[in-house]
Amino acid sequence: MTSEDPMDRRRPRRHAPTLAGEGAGGPYWRFILLALLSLVCITTATAQAPAPVNQAVIAAERPPELLSAYHFFRDAGAREPNERVTPYDLNTPLYSDGALKFRYVFIPPGQQAQYRDEGVFEFPVGTVLIKTFAFAADMRQPTENVRFLETRLLIRRAEGWIALPYVWNEAQTEARLSPIGATIPVSFTNEQGQAIALDWAVPNRNQCKGCHDVAGEFTPIGPNARNLNRAGPDIAFSPWSEGNDSALIPRSDPISTNQLDAWTDDHLLAGAPPGANAPRVPRAFDPASGSLDLRARAYLDVNCAHCHNPQGPAHTSGLDLRWSQHDPIAWGVGKRPVAAGRGSAGFEFAIDPGHPERSILLYRLRATDPGVMMPETGRQLVDERGAALIEDWIAHMDSEGRVHE
Amino acid sequence: MRLIAAAAIAAIVVTGAAEAKTWRIRPGAEAEQALQRALIEARPGDTVQLGRGRFELSGGLSLDVDRVTIRGDGENRSILSFNNQRRGAEGLLITSDNVTLRGFAVENARGDAIKARDCNGIHIRQVRVEWTRGPNAENGAYGLYPVNCDNVLIERSIARGASDAGIYVGQSRNIIVRDNLAEFNVAGIEIENSFNADVFGNVATHNTGGILVFDLPGLPQQGGHDIRVFNNRIVDNNTPNFAPAGNIVAGVPTGTGVLIMANRNVHVFENEIADNGTVNVLISSYRESFQDEHYNPLARDIVIRDNEFGNTGYAPAGDLAALSQLGVPIPDVLWDGATIYSRGGMARTEQVRIVVDDNRSTRTRTGSFLSLGLASAGSPISEAQPDPTPPPIVEIEEPERVRIG
Repeated sequence: MTSEDPMDRRRPRRHAPTLAGEGAGGPYWRFILLALLSLVCITTATAQAPAPVNQAVIAAERPPELLSAYHFFRDAGAREPNERVTPYDLNTPLYSDGALKFRYVFIPPGQQAQYRDEGVFEFPVGTVLIKTFAFAADMRQPTENVRFLETRLLIRRAEGWIALPYVWNEAQTEARLSPIGATIPVSFTNEQGQAIALDWAVPNRNQCKGCHDVAGEFTPIGPNARNLNRAGPDIAFSPWSEGNDSALIPRSDPISTNQLDAWTDDHLLAGAPPGANAPRVPRAFDPASGSLDLRARAYLDVNCAHCHNPQGPAHTSGLDLRWSQHDPIAWGVGKRPVAAGRGSAGFEFAIDPGHPERSILLYRLRATDPGVMMPETGRQLVDERGAALIEDWIAHMDSEGRVHE
Repeated sequence: MRLIAAAAIAAIVVTGAAEAKTWRIRPGAEAEQALQRALIEARPGDTVQLGRGRFELSGGLSLDVDRVTIRGDGENRSILSFNNQRRGAEGLLITSDNVTLRGFAVENARGDAIKARDCNGIHIRQVRVEWTRGPNAENGAYGLYPVNCDNVLIERSIARGASDAGIYVGQSRNIIVRDNLAEFNVAGIEIENSFNADVFGNVATHNTGGILVFDLPGLPQQGGHDIRVFNNRIVDNNTPNFAPAGNIVAGVPTGTGVLIMANRNVHVFENEIADNGTVNVLISSYRESFQDEHYNPLARDIVIRDNEFGNTGYAPAGDLAALSQLGVPIPDVLWDGATIYSRGGMARTEQVRIVVDDNRSTRTRTGSFLSLGLASAGSPISEAQPDPTPPPIVEIEEPERVRIG
């Protein structure tokens, strides 16, 4: 694993699935899988070369009912990405009840995303961002008994982005379009060993827009320079890397190439500076990656700022939690609630510096009542790690909202 | 029949679009999904017709399609019940233009009942929003809640039990609120950080405060102005304040008829304002400290004329109770007297015109007036220098009648 060309890693075969119950004996299952694939291929008369991603389907006015119609994956279970379907990871992801997330980008052959320092890259028409949400039966063994819940597509059309949620069937053999959302009962054991049962809410089209909205335009959230700018020996591109010697997802997978540089090298991205010179947010829960202040702000940027920015759905609150916002007043320091209702919990300020125990922002992060909790959608559980981070951050603030460690 | 067909043909000719469709939804096990599907798949011009009965909903509903009408069989017959709501920060969220809501109820939403955000054209008629257990701090904040909207018309509707405001129009422009009933809320009707509003023909009773006109700092739109409040019955607003602490309305004294805080050019005339235990009309600056460098906390160019005042001051609450105990008689119209404020460490002042003219009172014949003489916004009430001399009568031009575009 360690001595290979990092570029090689992004060939689709490098991301063959590690299916439940299979250990490190890579060649055997790969052989079986190939055999199965061949069988499928033979029956569809495409022989050894799998059909490429179907750009006509991506462009079609009417989206297909089944995810498999796009050919993003070579297998029915969507573990093995097709040619040009590139896995990627974020430094600090959005909390979604602790679900595993597998992200891929497809950019049409011959085209590239345009780099930007700030905001989501300018992706060409025909780009698809693919994200699968999943839980392992026991999240302490996140590579085993993984159940896919839904795969969300964000497709860049000429007139803008559209969101299409595909919901996986029980047998995990196909995912079907569900534009009005769905509710999926899920039970799993969490990282602390507790049994969790929840109704996973697949968002409907409006709920998608509830977060992916900048001044009324549907917009992706994650793939910006600072969140994609990952490097170092401990970062993985894909959780489905082979050589299943670690139980953690994303796997600690030695790779020396910066993700932005890799996109540039793969001609997925144009105009980018070397990753070392591009903006970067830390990993929120990795103290080695940044100061408490920066990690807390990275967390708020990803989890809150998609709404709480001057052009977002929560702009009327006056709260601005973007990474680029450096004024503590805009983060809520000394800011009185406007329309919080009982979300205020009787506290006077969104952030009362030095006093997490009476800061509305933290109270709402820890709430699960739908009339109180923040974010409003996308979770039912409390992100305990995230809340602890924000608690620590507020506790360390001086009266101006600055954090000195 | 022929007429309908002709109209349909005309619609096709005029718009070139398909015939408008009516989605009929009946209560029952499938209703929630059917209703949300209709709200998503509706085309501009469509009507979503709610049948008679109670719709039990587990999640918030949302509409993001222009020119859709949601119509029920009457505000007591078609009821969207959120008794068992588990998801969503409001009962019904509208984010599209020229939407009409008519003839239904929203009961017991966990958060706000009906929120319309970033809309141009929202028409709410004969809609009831209610928390059926009556005043309770656990009720949602707002009943009817347009925010950052243009062309708002709310009429012949009912709002009960909101823990903030029954009818709340925030950061909006061009507003008519007429012929509604707002009762058992903290604030009956509240116009906040808004431009050009006509509030008339309403009954505001059994609230903590009847009708509030507020301007708050730190929001994307502030500098509220040009508000007319006329021909309303604002009587018996003595429900003990049940707003969660920290919210701005938690500071509204129980027993307030009309409260104007900050704002420019507010005209209150020809109302019946009676039996509000603390005070019939309170004019105040914004009294908290603020950091918004564009904000003016003074209430200025305020006209209180030709109102019929009934009993008041018989059960003063909050700061005014202390004042009353000092032997200061509570008038019909009380002004804090602020003409100076501090912004960015600089003291500022301006001409503040308050006109109290031609009112009638069952207690005092002509309506009585008192300035507390708190020249600086936010001065403690202990520094009051009460002065009953009415300010000079000057001409302040009344805003033009609001016309919905």
